Amino acid sequence: MTQLVIMVLLTLLAAVTVGVIYTRNLVGVVVLAGVYSFLMASVLIALDAVDVAMTEASVGAGVSTVVLIATVYLTKSTEYPRPRKALLPLAVAVGTGAAIVWGTYGLRPFGAPDAAIHTHVVPRYLADSVKDTLVPNVVTSVLADYRGYDTLGETTVIFTAGIGVMLLLRGRRRGRPGAGGAGGGA
Amino acid sequence: MQLLSGLVGHYNYVVAIFLMVAGLYIVVARGNMIKKLVGLSLFQTSVYLLYIAPGKIVGGTAPILDPAFTVYSNPLPHVLILTAIVVGVATLALGLALVARISEAYGTVEEDEIFAKEDQE
Amino acid sequence: MRLDDILRIVIKLLLPFILLFALYVQFHGDFGPGGGFQAGVIAAGMVILYALVFGVRAAKRVVPQSMTAAMVPLGVLIYASAGLPALFMGRNYLDYGVLARDPAFGHEIGIFMIEAGVLVTVSGTMTVIFYAFADRGR
Repeated sequence: MTQLVIMVLLTLLAAVTVGVIYTRNLVGVVVLAGVYSFLMASVLIALDAVDVAMTEASVGAGVSTVVLIATVYLTKSTEYPRPRKALLPLAVAVGTGAAIVWGTYGLRPFGAPDAAIHTHVVPRYLADSVKDTLVPNVVTSVLADYRGYDTLGETTVIFTAGIGVMLLLRGRRRGRPGAGGAGGGA
Repeated sequence: MQLLSGLVGHYNYVVAIFLMVAGLYIVVARGNMIKKLVGLSLFQTSVYLLYIAPGKIVGGTAPILDPAFTVYSNPLPHVLILTAIVVGVATLALGLALVARISEAYGTVEEDEIFAKEDQE
Repeated sequence: MRLDDILRIVIKLLLPFILLFALYVQFHGDFGPGGGFQAGVIAAGMVILYALVFGVRAAKRVVPQSMTAAMVPLGVLIYASAGLPALFMGRNYLDYGVLARDPAFGHEIGIFMIEAGVLVTVSGTMTVIFYAFADRGR
């Protein structure tokens, strides 16, 4: 049953992606990207990844959509149709996809409990989380305690992004778009 | 026949790779910079799916320890993808800030027109 | 009656519950899905919603630019300093066991502190990014 739900949601995701490829109105593209994020959050819940689903829904369908709409408002554009057919990128994309699909035949079928990633450290995390940290949510205890260094790096990345956007976009625009020239703005 | 039954068992992976390839196609084949960034974001999200799907155990539950359950899905991919999602949105915000500044400098966000303007100077 | 009025009244009623939900997700991240990142984004979403309905200027009176710009590095500082007591005790950096007499409780205190740091940084950054994009267009 879960597998059927996941298959239906994935088919909807593929349809939304084809819509993003062919839509030229940028506001429509942004709305479809938000729909994509919500569908992905639903698929992640069906895959038992509840923390990840909450993060994907709030970050992907929340912050990403806001920032994209703000940029579309600042640039006021619609996509132009390309003058030539994009055959080489299509060939590269199809070739890469076929190679990776051939590679996934080495994976265990969906939901198998004997895959390689269920060995090594994970049984230890599941067994020792409450004993070591008194926290039942294993994802939080692994993120914050067993793998705390990575989370420190991630927080620094968010900090860097905030600083970068502040440096790029602080202050008013210097003149109308295009009238300022390549050197406009400090 | 073997190929077909393998396809049904691996439907999740095949669709995740289709989404990945579609995102890659948008990045490479489209000239509008905002659409390229949207394609990049779709690409990243499909990689999350490809990463988390092998961690699911049929009959398991979310990895929150509770005396009522014995089988849990694998929490390790969840942790790594949590970091990846946040880094992805940081990249998207910075990229869009750069696109906003480019559009102020050149008046457009289509890469063909920007190359043409650069060639003229 | 303008359609604006419905939106403003409903959003005014809704905003405290959004903040409450963000704090709930933050503090119950130990026992259910949640944690610092999700809570930070929901809290920033509250500020963005207020700015969308009432204007960026009104939002800046409630949540000033200087405060959000200070929150961005403050969270990283809280995180990094949660690991320092272990260094002074001669153990590894980010070893939370020294924060309390019982090592397991020390780990729980350490997780609480760093999740608070992550909440501060993430909500500050998302608000700063929104303010930067919104100000550029005026």
